[in-house]
Amino acid sequence: MAQAKHPGRLLRNLNAKIAAVPMVLTTLVVFLGGTIWTVVYSFTNSKLLPRTNFVGFDQYERLWDSSRWIVSIQNLLVFGVLSLVFTIVMGFVLAVLMDQKIRFEDTFRTIMLYPFALSFIVTGLVWQWILNPEFGIESIVRSWGWESFAFDPLNNPEVVLYGLLIAGLWQGTGFVMCIMLAGLRGIDEDIWKAARVDGIPTWKTYVLIIIPMMRPVFITTLVLVASGIIKLYDLVVAQTSGGPGNASQVPAMYVYDYMFQAQNLGQGFAASTMMLLSVLIVLIPWAYLEFGGKKHG
Amino acid sequence: MADLSATMTGPRGAKPRRVLSGRNIMVYGTLIVVSLYYILPLWVMVMTSLKGMPEIRLGNIFAPPVEVTFQPWVKAWSEACTGLNCDGLSRGFWNSVQILIPSVVLSIIVASVNGYALVNWRFKGSDVFFTILIFGSFIPYQVMLYPIVILLREMGIYGTLWGLVLVHTIFGMPILTLLFRNYFSSLPEELFKAARVDGAGFWGIYFQIMLPMSLPIFVVAIILQVTGIWNDFLFGVVYTKPDLYPMTVQLNNIVNSVQGVKEYNVNMAATLLTGLVPLIVYFVSGKLFVRGIAAGAVKG
Repeated sequence: MAQAKHPGRLLRNLNAKIAAVPMVLTTLVVFLGGTIWTVVYSFTNSKLLPRTNFVGFDQYERLWDSSRWIVSIQNLLVFGVLSLVFTIVMGFVLAVLMDQKIRFEDTFRTIMLYPFALSFIVTGLVWQWILNPEFGIESIVRSWGWESFAFDPLNNPEVVLYGLLIAGLWQGTGFVMCIMLAGLRGIDEDIWKAARVDGIPTWKTYVLIIIPMMRPVFITTLVLVASGIIKLYDLVVAQTSGGPGNASQVPAMYVYDYMFQAQNLGQGFAASTMMLLSVLIVLIPWAYLEFGGKKHG
Repeated sequence: MADLSATMTGPRGAKPRRVLSGRNIMVYGTLIVVSLYYILPLWVMVMTSLKGMPEIRLGNIFAPPVEVTFQPWVKAWSEACTGLNCDGLSRGFWNSVQILIPSVVLSIIVASVNGYALVNWRFKGSDVFFTILIFGSFIPYQVMLYPIVILLREMGIYGTLWGLVLVHTIFGMPILTLLFRNYFSSLPEELFKAARVDGAGFWGIYFQIMLPMSLPIFVVAIILQVTGIWNDFLFGVVYTKPDLYPMTVQLNNIVNSVQGVKEYNVNMAATLLTGLVPLIVYFVSGKLFVRGIAAGAVKG
């Protein structure tokens, strides 16, 4: 009886522990184990199958010597910065407009958010069709009489990223707008009253008071959008397949191609480790601000 | 004098709000223009999918069809080719359904029990696992793709639907656990304590108290998972074989195939068919969808 009343520490909450087995396995085996495994094997010369023949930083040297990888990283940076700036500015401005006690708010929200329910594959294919030079926007504007009008981003290496950007913004800004709107609604009505009493113009209230107050919302959005951008894959596959040439390659495509097509696992592991590193660059400052800062303040 | 009398008899009381004020024109004008950007692709998809190829070659993509035809839809569903198979998107659709149902059920069961255990049955280290789980959701999938291939191969389910179901359960776990954890921690603790006093155990409380009280959050989780899993492309392409490809993968293969003449109307019908499931979920669920995606943005 005494034993049943005071079971060993391991047996306490036994059912809860059994129930937590999937979570423990996922975190330890897949998230931690898998990540460490990939990082370790990125230092080997694995080809078709993983091998423990360590070659130091060879894979990373080859990676950074590859013009395709360099293009992928440049694309990610350009696309990332543009899409961060545009999603956050557009998302915020739209949220402000939606917050003006307008009519048909639900209708507008439904319209702006439905693309977010669609996959990147669907998004990419639709915009591929709309941007088609023979039938899409270019041909229509030309048929209106502006014969020299040129807008063919998907076949022009110089501007192909803008073609992806138009589609990416279409899919994602509604979501950012919703987060921002929730942030705006969370601000105390008294702040607005005080600003009005002091005679501060509306735009100034937004810039000087509301935006600084919404800092946590902006940071959360930034982290969510940025970590999504690093994973960018499906949209490019559907819309441009990385083309024309290598002009719209992204790191996730490089990883997939080396792991599952070119049978050069080591390169794939090294490239994916670099992706992990770029996420950490986004994540660590955020985690520090979010959790480290609280202890001090 | 006329001026004076006009001021005397002028309107009194609060200044009426003008409908066509400059501010309103700006607000509604911008919203309407932006809405056009959002609506345009859906409009173009529907219109293109209802036209015949000759009309597409002649006309503009925004114009409604002169002659409505459902042939492209029929062809996309049952005749479009991927590689050597010419049985249309219907195969991908049924594959996706077979992947979707077990993945949604399994991932929600696992995550809801996780959330419940994390709130009411904390054990040593449970918060550590939860933190790793949340940070794990930021790790790019590409980092874990190959180790999972090895795991699935060892388990003998690599390339099967069940392998993909397991992968969806794993990667759905962070967001869903967060969702359920936040919801359960908002329920009054006295409820749980009272049940404990009455002698109910782990599963008893889960099934008799927690489950019936949290139906709304289960609906939110279902919405989140149905759209997320249906829209998945990467896992489908990595962990299944061509015969079992989900609808998104098959769609991409049909539209971006380099062989044959491009049939844009069939392509758009196929794209719409693939987008139909999440769109229906979205339009039916309304605000619950917003709640689902907001749950991912709100930190736990």
